[in-house]
Amino acid sequence: MNRWSRFNIASIVIGFAFLYLPIVLLVVFSFNASKLVTVWAGFSTQWYAQLFRNQALMDAAWVTVRVGLLSATVATVLGTLAALAMTRYQRFHGRVLFSGMIYAPLVMPEVITGLSMLLLFVAIGFDRGFWTLTIAHITFTMCFVAVVIQSRLASFDRSIEEAALDLGATPTATFFQVTLPVIAPAVFSGWVLAFTLSLDDLVISSFTSGPGATTLPMKIYSQVRLGVTPEINAACTILIGIVATGVLIASVVSRRQQIQRERDERAAFAGG
Amino acid sequence: MNRLLPALVNRLVIIIPYAWLLVFFLVPFFIVLRISLSEAAVAMPPYLPVFAWADGLSGFIDNIRQFSFDNYVWLTEDALYTNAYLSSLTIALISTVLTLLIAYPIAYGMAKAPATLRPTLLMLVILPFWTSFLIRVYAWIAILKPEGLLNQLLLSTGIISEPLIILNTNTAIYIGIVYSYLPFMVLPLYSALEKMDHSLTEAAQDLGCTPISAFWRITFPLSLPGVVAGCLLVFIPAVGEFVIPDLLGGSETLMIGKTLWNEFNANRDWPVSSAVAAILLMILVVPIMFFQNAQSRLDREGR
Repeated sequence: MNRWSRFNIASIVIGFAFLYLPIVLLVVFSFNASKLVTVWAGFSTQWYAQLFRNQALMDAAWVTVRVGLLSATVATVLGTLAALAMTRYQRFHGRVLFSGMIYAPLVMPEVITGLSMLLLFVAIGFDRGFWTLTIAHITFTMCFVAVVIQSRLASFDRSIEEAALDLGATPTATFFQVTLPVIAPAVFSGWVLAFTLSLDDLVISSFTSGPGATTLPMKIYSQVRLGVTPEINAACTILIGIVATGVLIASVVSRRQQIQRERDERAAFAGG
Repeated sequence: MNRLLPALVNRLVIIIPYAWLLVFFLVPFFIVLRISLSEAAVAMPPYLPVFAWADGLSGFIDNIRQFSFDNYVWLTEDALYTNAYLSSLTIALISTVLTLLIAYPIAYGMAKAPATLRPTLLMLVILPFWTSFLIRVYAWIAILKPEGLLNQLLLSTGIISEPLIILNTNTAIYIGIVYSYLPFMVLPLYSALEKMDHSLTEAAQDLGCTPISAFWRITFPLSLPGVVAGCLLVFIPAVGEFVIPDLLGGSETLMIGKTLWNEFNANRDWPVSSAVAAILLMILVVPIMFFQNAQSRLDREGR
């Protein structure tokens, strides 16, 4: 019963083919010599060359990267604090509301989040542009970061923090020297997640950005509406490449840290 | 962490993220509500002034007197909006069921996979989630077009004699939603199925249960928390989906996310789009609260 049946293997293979085939086709056709995206006419990198000559697209890419780096960093700090608040303080005033505000953005339709944030910026007279875009991205990505870090903190062995405090470390030193190193892989993957979410976002960005702060997804979206072109395929392929590299690095780093930690634990036991 | 630290610094851990979310997540909803109760105007911003701080309390009371429910009346009178809400809910519901049907065998197969292979399979499910939503939807346009790859394949193999019209229909929207949200369904299902004690189904079969009835009487009920979490993760955002109906759907497809977008960007009627958003929020509040409860229960169990 508890073996991997042929049915199990088939459903995984078909499922993964469904998940990956469209992306693979998109990447393949970005190297197509023909302007038609659906007819193969030989290998070519001309669309990539054309892409890098497209100044408007390059400007948009630069805005996207800056917003992504800044918002992911702030969102990671806020998300870590929020995760600590959720796991370390079992009751405080408004805890229910707080956890509601952490979970709701994960499922909230983006049109609602985007519109409401735009109306806030207009109401307080904040000119739309780079900063409103960044604030909006921080707000929705910090909740994803908080959830990622929270699940790591939930399985955290608090006795090592207690030990550090008993040995005279200040709470701040304990946090930076004991807690943070242990949850660091989760913090890092939270940052990568926040960065990619920011890089990808279209709807919230369209509502909250202003003239001069057009992001790459907004640019791609406006071109997609006019039709599918190999140039967009090339832009998408580069984005996929960046994200895949980031995720790969993140997983290698966390795997290596886990191995290191297990080795340290074994060494500690052997020594004791 | 809770010891020793001066109370205020200690509390900052809570106060900073709390304040951020209050200002940038919760307060905006009240502004949406307030603007949905005001009238459109030809100005920038395109609605009548709603906040008169200078007038103090009397100004505030005057302000409340000016509340107008015209936008909501207008929404109920125009069948377009009612239809858009209903068809969004229907499309989201059908897509959620389809996603569940497709995701369950995948998650089940993953949970049954050899333990050494599971982390890799998990990674492979998560990876598409990191690639852009927009790109994944865009990829389907080239596949589903009348002269697209799917039709080329089917025509060349002789399965069909003339191209299928899929792009710009509701079928394309279902494909788009199932495809984009599949990882959200697989992950909670997998974590529920993986934790399951396989000796239970073995015991049932030893006692004479057929594999199929063992599945329905033991495996499926035990995976219900995962089913609920997955369905909510797909259903709630799908109701307000904009990119998928806009790029894959046709002109006759009505979905409320698209209606809101058009109302806001093309008609520039901010009060009406605020009212559309407020009603959508009211429809989704109950499922969102369900989601929160399910999620915090899972978090407590994980501890």
